[in-house]
Amino acid sequence: MAVITMRDALNQALREELSRDGDVFLMGEEVAEYQGAYKVTRGLLEEFGPKRVIDTPITELGFAGLGVGAAMAGLRPIVEFMTFNFSILATDQIINSAAKMLYMSGGQFKIPIVFRGPGGSAYQVSSQHSQALESWYAYFPGLKVVMPSTPADAKGLLKSAIRDDDPVIFIEQERMYGMKGEVPDSEDFTIPLGVAEVKREGTDATIVARSLMVPAALKAAEELEKAGVSCEVIDPRTIRPLDIDAIVASVKKTNRVVVAEESHPFCGVGAEISAEINERAFDYLDAPVKRVSGADVPMPYAKNLEQLAIPGYEQIVAAVKEVSYL
Amino acid sequence: MSSQTTDRRQRVNASTTGVIDAAIDRPGELSGLRSSQSEELREDRETLVELLHQMILIRRFEEKSAESYSLGKIGGFCHLYIGQEAVGVGAISAVRRDDYVITSYREHGQAIAKGIPAEAVMAELFGKSGGCSRGKGGSMHLFDKGVNFLGGHAIVGAQIPLATGVAFASKYKETDQVTLCFFGEAAVNQGAFHESLNLAQLWKLPCIYICENNRYGMGTSLERAMSSHNVADKAAAYELASEFVDGMDVLAMRRATQRAVERARNESLPTLLEARTYRYMGHSMSDPGNYRTRAEIEKYQERDPIKLFTATLKETKVLTDRGLADMEGEIKEQIEQALRFAEESPEPDPKELYTNVYANS
Repeated sequence: MAVITMRDALNQALREELSRDGDVFLMGEEVAEYQGAYKVTRGLLEEFGPKRVIDTPITELGFAGLGVGAAMAGLRPIVEFMTFNFSILATDQIINSAAKMLYMSGGQFKIPIVFRGPGGSAYQVSSQHSQALESWYAYFPGLKVVMPSTPADAKGLLKSAIRDDDPVIFIEQERMYGMKGEVPDSEDFTIPLGVAEVKREGTDATIVARSLMVPAALKAAEELEKAGVSCEVIDPRTIRPLDIDAIVASVKKTNRVVVAEESHPFCGVGAEISAEINERAFDYLDAPVKRVSGADVPMPYAKNLEQLAIPGYEQIVAAVKEVSYL
Repeated sequence: MSSQTTDRRQRVNASTTGVIDAAIDRPGELSGLRSSQSEELREDRETLVELLHQMILIRRFEEKSAESYSLGKIGGFCHLYIGQEAVGVGAISAVRRDDYVITSYREHGQAIAKGIPAEAVMAELFGKSGGCSRGKGGSMHLFDKGVNFLGGHAIVGAQIPLATGVAFASKYKETDQVTLCFFGEAAVNQGAFHESLNLAQLWKLPCIYICENNRYGMGTSLERAMSSHNVADKAAAYELASEFVDGMDVLAMRRATQRAVERARNESLPTLLEARTYRYMGHSMSDPGNYRTRAEIEKYQERDPIKLFTATLKETKVLTDRGLADMEGEIKEQIEQALRFAEESPEPDPKELYTNVYANS
């Protein structure tokens, strides 16, 4: 297995799936000639040509809807948002068209489309370019939502998303594109959607973390090991469908749980996971479920304020100690 | 209006039935548009009779829909097509069965014209399992993959980017299918319209955008909603071909659409057609219509599309009084049958609540 960046793992997944299926095409702002704003699509125009790797104007509602229409007529579009912040302009087409088409047509029109791009916090780009939108999309039946935390997961999950017959929201963490990890070379390597992975086994407390919070949770687990607390870190990888059974199984083993996320706490994915745990494993809990979330404020620009807004491993350590009554 | 706009229209319409500048001076008016009746009938008898048959079928269908709605058999919103029949029937008569049609929530007529059986449409309105969307879509979401009818969409203008994508797929797959996209004039104020026209002309997509200008977006008149009243002129901003069409004249609609289809199929180019028409009924069944006068409605009814075309077919001896009476009789039976089917079709199985959320559910 080669050690490559998340960026290159995503690039491999796109290249392999474009090679595998002629109905797959990629479009978005600056994906072709510019080689991608974050270089995820580097080299794809040269390899697949302008018919299949398409630069769009800055017209998010238009090209998102165009993608959904193309999917209705049998293609498998991959639509890149330069960042998910811009997907807000396209939400009518994602939510009202893509998510509901199969249902309201009585099963006649499936929408095999992937909307992908960076999301979550970035570096000092302030309020409109630095936010986590997964709870928006995960709210809607009909959509699937995927958030990888390692290069291997990124590749395997993106390949599954492209092959999936439903609309998939695939959120790549903007700060993690340069993260390196081992990635299988095989073109057959995929990871099924809806399956969580235990990133570290432990016995005393469970940390449920996704995306940027997975490395933070692993670092927190290392620190806590020194303090004699064995933490299990579980990454759902797919927010919808959520592998709640795997999370509950871990909670039943450890009896204590912290849910870590960089998004806002109010109506967030962490709130949903917390509610599910309470409904399914209340009698196994030795402490209330604890959430660690981003600050409930628009993202500030100033570096010190930005750091305060995004949770780090220290807050996760503190939360695990709290549920462990240490 | 810029001279460039005028030039473009003249160029595009060099061989049309269609446009005289008088219409442009009276925004939204029908009377300035020249009728197809000054032209010879090119269509064969069967085609002409079928056009009339479809228009009357749709009108009787909508009358029955209104009655069924009042009886509580149809729920939710119900937007009727009465007055606009010539637009859908004329335009759809110009495309093949494998061409695509995608439209708004006022789509009963277009669904029937594209070939969804009247009983499957009525059963959908009734929320029954025999409906064309198996009772899950209702009046605003009629679909039939078998005849490439891609829905009824209920967010104003949302079908316009979708249509653009369907046309994109035809070009990508190198089929020669074209896409007809219908929307009301109020949708023209949405960004989705402008984003789509830009993409369609930029990428040369075989999409025909048909604006059904019925003068009202719900209760707000065109004059109160649009700074520039001539929808077809807006195509000039994106260098699209465009035409104004008399939307009360089924043959004018058919021929304008035929020209656009030729452009789409042979040159892979989009067109914007503005059909000047009028809706006789409220925006939906719950609309009392206080924003316009009875006299205004009656003025438009003088140029009723069915009345006009019936007169043409009688004058040209295509249809006799006896033939018309027979046609009305057949249609009456067809509507009764649709109603019976809808009444008798079972409700969806409760298990259907959770099917079709995802492709494997």
